[in-house]
Amino acid sequence: MSRIKGCFAALQAENRKALIPFVTAGDPNPAVTVPLMHAMVEAGANLLELGVPFSDPMAEGPTIQKACERALEHGTSLHDVLAMVSEFRQTDTTTPVVLMGYMNPVEIMGYQAFATAAAAAGVDGLLTVDLPPEEAGELVAVLQAVEIDPIFLLAPTTVDERITKICAAASGFVYYVSLKGVTGAANLDVAAVEQKVVQIRRHTDVPIGVGFGIRDADTAQRVAAVADAVVVGSAVVNRVADNTESPEKINNAVAALLREMRVAMDAGPPKVGWMAKIFGIGK
Amino acid sequence: MSSEVADPAFTELPDPSGHFGVYGGRFVAETLMEPLDELTAAYERLKNDATFQAELDRDLADYVGRPSPLYFAERWSKLLGGAKIYLKREDLNHTGAHKVNNTIGQALLAKHLGKTRIIAETGAGQHGVASATVAARLGLECVVYMGAEDVKRQALNVYRMKLLGAEVVPVESGSKTLKDALNEAMRDWVTNVDNTFYIIGTVAGPHPYPMLVRDFQAIIGREAKQQIIEAEGRLPDALIACVGGGSNAIGLFHPFIDDSAVAMYGVEGGGDGVDTPRHAAPLCAGRPGVLHGNRTYLVEDDNGQIIETHSVSAGLDYPGVGPEHAWLKDIGRASYVAVTDDEALKAFHDLTKIEGIMPALESSHALAYATKLAPTMGRDKVIIVNLSGRGDKDIHTVAGLEGISV
Repeated sequence: MSRIKGCFAALQAENRKALIPFVTAGDPNPAVTVPLMHAMVEAGANLLELGVPFSDPMAEGPTIQKACERALEHGTSLHDVLAMVSEFRQTDTTTPVVLMGYMNPVEIMGYQAFATAAAAAGVDGLLTVDLPPEEAGELVAVLQAVEIDPIFLLAPTTVDERITKICAAASGFVYYVSLKGVTGAANLDVAAVEQKVVQIRRHTDVPIGVGFGIRDADTAQRVAAVADAVVVGSAVVNRVADNTESPEKINNAVAALLREMRVAMDAGPPKVGWMAKIFGIGK
Repeated sequence: MSSEVADPAFTELPDPSGHFGVYGGRFVAETLMEPLDELTAAYERLKNDATFQAELDRDLADYVGRPSPLYFAERWSKLLGGAKIYLKREDLNHTGAHKVNNTIGQALLAKHLGKTRIIAETGAGQHGVASATVAARLGLECVVYMGAEDVKRQALNVYRMKLLGAEVVPVESGSKTLKDALNEAMRDWVTNVDNTFYIIGTVAGPHPYPMLVRDFQAIIGREAKQQIIEAEGRLPDALIACVGGGSNAIGLFHPFIDDSAVAMYGVEGGGDGVDTPRHAAPLCAGRPGVLHGNRTYLVEDDNGQIIETHSVSAGLDYPGVGPEHAWLKDIGRASYVAVTDDEALKAFHDLTKIEGIMPALESSHALAYATKLAPTMGRDKVIIVNLSGRGDKDIHTVAGLEGISV
């Protein structure tokens, strides 16, 4: 069983949801990343998303754009990111690691060379934001041959016909982008998310993660109530950005956020209905 | 492969999923896939719709001022001592460049799709002005993204866009130039996709943009073909056009692709030279990759990061190029060359003094290559150069480079 599959199976057995933090590798400098990965696992993360820095991150809001810029100031390349995963794997052989980024670095390294190196490093999944399944055939075949899961996005604009197609190509988990917008946006609508997750669930048994716009324990708890996994990106990266002067402060700030989310998610669905909460009913 | 004549089916490209060989395609975030499908379907329907075409033709005639003349640059041709050079006068269009051919077409699409808001990216500001112009005319809200560096370099066009009622948003991320403006426009689109139409200014981006922008610009080549046959009784021997994203070049080239005796030259911004790090010549000195929704040639480093480009011409200062050009290069149907900033500036002055026509710095690159090619050809040969825009917008840049304050 792949690490991702094993991770979700174990959580499901405990009736818990996956907490998936995202950090940009090499932000604010390459030495920070591996210790931060371990700190996140210790704070309750179940799966890690490691951003591969790119010069033109089209789907990112300002927070992750700046993280990419900080990482690229140190020249953090895809090769460097794979080396970080390798180092992480020396002491953690169980936590799944998914690389998240854009096509071009993978394109330039070459699909086969990337797949071989990523598998050797201990990468479990690859999410390329600008690679819809229509363009992914060749890469998916190469990844599956080395048992790396291609992770695909679903969006509020994705119609039923495409949901079917995407879920058929998906393994590991599918990532539902909770809103029309870029990472770090503020307009999360949990009711709409729930509706779409139910719609996606009709098409697949693969776990459904939800990301974009999850900023604190409260939103994490509400999203965990409707999805299998909660992906937290900009909120984590903001903690990194606010503490660039010290790796220790970064680890502490990120761990504190994840612990709050973990506790809230494990407490189960909010006792007061979230709608009531929004409108201040029942307080 | 490079000596083969284009496949007869070539002009049928792109394929239904937007590919020109291995190039093109649709490399975007999932949120945009459905809107792109909708746009493709609407365009396929409207391009064969007589009412839509009549509306487009009327706008091109009465609003843009088409057909643009094909002018024989007799004095310049004689001085160069070789082929006869004709200039396709896109500089005489409303708003001063070929860009409006495309924005008129896309604005009509926006109207038919019921979109109320237009966004655009711009480098030199010509596409931004052309977008703001058509938005003003149709009463649509217009937001133009422009790299903060370009906002400084092109203050006049920024003010023009504001006069036309557009909001100009300076983009402070990355290298603060055209590529970053495109990133930011994509981010806006993904956020406001319900009411917003993204008018891409060149033959790049995700399918169907490279196809539909080409189709709207192909009027340049269709007119030129008819005009040169009227003037010379035959097809030209060579076509020359500058290539940034490549919309004016593909517009001129496309109707001639099956005429295998017509040579086609695309001229990239060579900056300080393609053997230096400061250029904007992906076809001459880059390699294939994926950026801004399509696979094409890019100026990039060994790790797949996009490198900041340089050209004296803001309109050529872009690290990518339209995927159809990438394909034309690989199959050998078109040749791509680069000229330096200095060569382009010399051509700018030459045409201004010899013919009384002040070309845009972008178009000056095509003219500079004509000065190299024409003398190698006999006096009975014919070249058409696409004079894609006029140079008024560049007066401050040229004066600045020469230490003159105006």
